[in-house]
Amino acid sequence: MISNGISREKARKIFLTVLFSLISIIYVYPVFLVAMNSFKLNTFVKTATFAVPSGESFAGFANFIKGMTFGNYPFWKSAFYSVFITVVSSSLIILCTSMAAWYISRVDSLISRISYMLCVFSMVVPFQMVMFTLSKTADTVRLFGWFGPKLNTPWTIPVIYLGFGAGLAVFMFVGFVKSVPLAMEEAAAIDGCGPVRTFFQIVFPVLKPTMISVGILEIMWVWNDYLLPYLVLDRTKYMTIPIHIQYLKGSYGTVDLGATMALIFLSIIPVITFYLSCQKYIIKGVAAGAVKG
Amino acid sequence: MKRHRTAPASVSSVLIRRPIKRWFLLFMGPMLISFCVGFLYPFLKGLYLSFCKFKTTSNATFIGFGNYVKALSDPSFLHSFWYTALFAVVSLVLVNLLAFLIAYCLTQGIKGSNIFRTVFFMPNLIGGIVLGYIWSMIFDGILMKYDTSILMNSSYGFWGLIIVIAWQQIGYMMIIYIAGLQAIPEDMMEAAKIDGANRTQTMFKITIPNVMPSITICTFLSLTNGFKLFDQNLALTAGQPFLFNADGTAIKTTEMLALNIFNTFYGDNPSARGVAQAKAVIFFILVAGLGMIQLLATRKKEVQQ
Repeated sequence: MISNGISREKARKIFLTVLFSLISIIYVYPVFLVAMNSFKLNTFVKTATFAVPSGESFAGFANFIKGMTFGNYPFWKSAFYSVFITVVSSSLIILCTSMAAWYISRVDSLISRISYMLCVFSMVVPFQMVMFTLSKTADTVRLFGWFGPKLNTPWTIPVIYLGFGAGLAVFMFVGFVKSVPLAMEEAAAIDGCGPVRTFFQIVFPVLKPTMISVGILEIMWVWNDYLLPYLVLDRTKYMTIPIHIQYLKGSYGTVDLGATMALIFLSIIPVITFYLSCQKYIIKGVAAGAVKG
Repeated sequence: MKRHRTAPASVSSVLIRRPIKRWFLLFMGPMLISFCVGFLYPFLKGLYLSFCKFKTTSNATFIGFGNYVKALSDPSFLHSFWYTALFAVVSLVLVNLLAFLIAYCLTQGIKGSNIFRTVFFMPNLIGGIVLGYIWSMIFDGILMKYDTSILMNSSYGFWGLIIVIAWQQIGYMMIIYIAGLQAIPEDMMEAAKIDGANRTQTMFKITIPNVMPSITICTFLSLTNGFKLFDQNLALTAGQPFLFNADGTAIKTTEMLALNIFNTFYGDNPSARGVAQAKAVIFFILVAGLGMIQLLATRKKEVQQ
């Protein structure tokens, strides 16, 4: 009786493994299709989407070469801006919001409370609410108030990302800082360690797990974001990968599907590599950030 | 799942508080200034402009609630509202049912669970625009054989977008459900087994009540995600097919709220920007309202536990 139960349980598990293997294949299939179609001649992408490129439909690397130089804006430039904006914005958010979160948790004042409440509030505001005024603000405000570059360039857009993305990051950091015991910081203070050193040498290392979670969420957001850079950046001079792909597809006339697929394939490769190399942190970060509404 | 909802700690050491206060500008300055430029000022200005007639932000004249009246009587806005609501509800049910089912199976200790989890989450790494184009290629590849396209029929557009969103979000919700399922105490399950509870009883009496916080989070997350959807909508159909009214105006049949607001702002008619901003405020109230209900719902659940 018992052994029968165990073997039934085993059979069920094997069935589930087989079933999920099949579903997994279906799940990966779209990405596989992109890879396949990026080696196909343009006309065949539409007529023979699901066929393996062979003989007359095989384009070799022509699509990649074409995609790189397509239109009047080189793809490598978009890729560079995407990487730059993502790296700088995420670093800036992690650094500035963790500092602010420490201040908010350790100093109980009106301004701390108001800042925290505003940050929580900003999490429920959809981007459409501020998009028009934000893009106008970025066109007029300069980095240091009245001088320096305007905020509508890739070099300065991280400031906008810091402002709009601060809410969730502050919320997550405050939640974590509160569980950090005060004793360590007090000991440091007694030993004559100032707040700046206390933060960077004692608190900062303790915050590492939350930093990874926040970093992952911000990287995923900024890298894939389309509308904010589309509205804020001067599009004739600067593009990011999502804007570039939308621009290719959205421009009327002949859409070169082969070249578009090649570019999509190129832009997916680094993302999937990043995912596979740190998926443990990514999944943890997502579970931690799930509180956002 | 650990959750933090309480206000900033009121217990803080004088030893720490006093010295940090002097460094206010360093610790809070960068965040607060950027927050004002990147969120607070645009938000307040947007709120004000929704009561104004304007083409550019510098010359706005106050007109009261006129924009709101126009927004609420705009047929394209109302159409996109109902379309979005229907989409949000359908995707909510579908995504959550499937995500929960998958999460449940993947926590049964079957072989390859981690690989499956990795695979199902993967689409979340790909951005909305790219996702939309990948699927528009696939749908057109299939529909080509029947001499049609996803842009020809609004129900294709609707179900197409549902498939895209399901493909993307099932993995995300699955992660949250897995975290919830793994947090169920092992002894509770064992006790049920010893008491002779069958699979269905265990599911409804133990598993579901225990993952209720995850269910609340995921429900509202997929609801607000559905309402806020923009990139995928733009990339897949961009509102097509259009339905032309007798007076020459067009209803974009697959246009969702966020896209409708965007098109009103940056369409052919710049004098409609006041109306667009009013639509944006209505949209904000809607999404924020959902967020508030979620907050209250999760609070209640936490008290019960």
